[in-house]
Amino acid sequence: MIPTTNRSASTALTPEAIAESIAADETVASEPVALYALGLGDDALVLAHRLGEWITHAPELEEDVALGNIGLDLLGHARSLLTYAGSAWGTSEDDLAYFRGESEFRNRQLFEQPNGDFAHTIARQLFASVYFDGLYRALRRSTDPTLAAIAAKATKEVDYHLDHSVQWLLRLGLGTEESHRRMQRGLDAMWPFVGELFRAETGLPEGGVAHVPLDVTDGGTLGGVVVDLEPLRSAFDEIVPRLITDAGLTVPTVPFARGGGREGRHTEALGPMLAEMQVLARAHPGVTW
Amino acid sequence: MVTPTARAAATETGGVRDADDDPQGDGRRRFEELLASESRVEPTDWMPAAYRKTLIRQISQHAHSEIIGMQPEGNWITRAPSLKRKAILMAKVQDEAGHGLYLYSAAQTLGIDREEMFDQLITGRAKYSSIFNYTTPTWADMGSIGWLVDGAAICNQVPLCRASYGPYGRAMVRICKEESFHQRQGFEILLALMNGTEEQRAMAQESVNRWYAPALMMFGPPDADSPNSQQSMAWNIKRFSNDELRQRFVDMLVPQAEILGVTLPDPAIRWNEERGHYDFGDLDWTEFSEVLAGRGPANAVRVSRRRTAHENGAWVREAARAYADKQATASAASRASAAPEKIAS
Ligand SMILES: [Fe+2]
Ligand SMILES: [Fe+2]
Repeated sequence: MIPTTNRSASTALTPEAIAESIAADETVASEPVALYALGLGDDALVLAHRLGEWITHAPELEEDVALGNIGLDLLGHARSLLTYAGSAWGTSEDDLAYFRGESEFRNRQLFEQPNGDFAHTIARQLFASVYFDGLYRALRRSTDPTLAAIAAKATKEVDYHLDHSVQWLLRLGLGTEESHRRMQRGLDAMWPFVGELFRAETGLPEGGVAHVPLDVTDGGTLGGVVVDLEPLRSAFDEIVPRLITDAGLTVPTVPFARGGGREGRHTEALGPMLAEMQVLARAHPGVTW
Repeated sequence: MVTPTARAAATETGGVRDADDDPQGDGRRRFEELLASESRVEPTDWMPAAYRKTLIRQISQHAHSEIIGMQPEGNWITRAPSLKRKAILMAKVQDEAGHGLYLYSAAQTLGIDREEMFDQLITGRAKYSSIFNYTTPTWADMGSIGWLVDGAAICNQVPLCRASYGPYGRAMVRICKEESFHQRQGFEILLALMNGTEEQRAMAQESVNRWYAPALMMFGPPDADSPNSQQSMAWNIKRFSNDELRQRFVDMLVPQAEILGVTLPDPAIRWNEERGHYDFGDLDWTEFSEVLAGRGPANAVRVSRRRTAHENGAWVREAARAYADKQATASAASRASAAPEKIAS
């Protein structure tokens, strides 16, 4: 059950509706909530952009459509979250997407990893979808009505994304020798970035945001605004190794990377991606498209 | 999730019935009746071999055009200047993939494999609309393609919704709905540019200058030089001549250009009271034949991009096939071992 929502939250399903509600002064995120939304929005935006890079390059037409659909869903989440985040600072989704530098992007590093081959993309999407799935399910119970409404919509979509990744994990893991080898390589390449996914939110003011305990049952006491990541980590540890072994693959043992995406530290992959994404907007600052 | 995949093929897989199967001529009589009464010919109906061949050629070329047509716009997905435009563009390019899939399915009902058609495309043996061999150097091209290219496609395709072959006509109904969204979105991109800065307006005008004539050429050569048209019209596949459709398109464009504030790059455009249509100048068909002959700005790139994607993805498709085979074997085995128990119970 979604906690009691005010009018602005119940209409806050599209970025446009959120923007309207902000314009009408009905929705304003506090600074910590805005930073939280910005991090989640960047996760979704960066991954959506990566998936968009696949379009016209996919192994079959159906995958051009499927990867594009997932990318579009994520772009929708990103737009809602960035729009909401911007309400704290009077900035638009586009100000945030196009006019921040690399070190101001708060996405966790998994999402910026290059597409690689199809198996790399599936590995990245699998880890991302398990993370999003747990995150948005919990966030539906946030006491922040806008975040809860965004999460409620996202949950349904992420469910499909997860299914898509799991189906391909099985096909590639159990398909041919080559696909098995490539899938294993993809998992190994993305695994270092799993650790960071469940590290506590950083950059939020101390005590500024109460966490939502994941185990709160419907109708129970609601803890707060932000999802507690610790229980998500246990869920990931329970689900993902089983999925990997079911697909005849080996759970990677490579160590986790240092991370730091939430503090604006990124791998070398993000800079060139942003350069491309932002090039036209930055050539014409302040205009309408 | 909307994946317009093999639905048509699944429900309408037709028997291939040509002249040889029709010794009494009953099939041909019925076919003529269907055409005369403006009814649909369905996959299981008898049809002349040449009608089947024409349709396979036209539908597969149309499908190829949708697929190749993803590229000029795909070029700007990563650089779209606002998140809203990025979302609209991604959705549009995906729609085109959906159109391609839907049309391949319609062609399959005529007895040709998708693999065979796709192979013709990536080996450069199939034709597709020459318009997609032009390049998209500026963002404004996203507007021009939507407004002019999707616009011309609509003029071409709306009459095809009544095409005599059922699966094709039905595919076109669905496709036309989406194409009209695309045209509106393209118009909106140009409108935003024309309402913007001096630079944005110049970008829009320059792009319209480049796309206008190629879009008019999408209707094909003048009627006098269009050998296939007459038979297609007799078969109720084509409903209007190339020149009629081109005229319709110009009549639609001129008032829209006025709203946009762009100038169509043809000084001969002028309202002709007597004809009730806009007059317009002759087109440079030598350029058209250059592009058609493979010497357009991007002919080589378009096909090779698809071929590369296909080749790079071969291992993925093989894996999917191998996995499906293993699953089928496993479930057959489990059925076999479960069978005796069923009998026993
Ligand atoms: Fe289309
Ligand atoms: Fe279109």
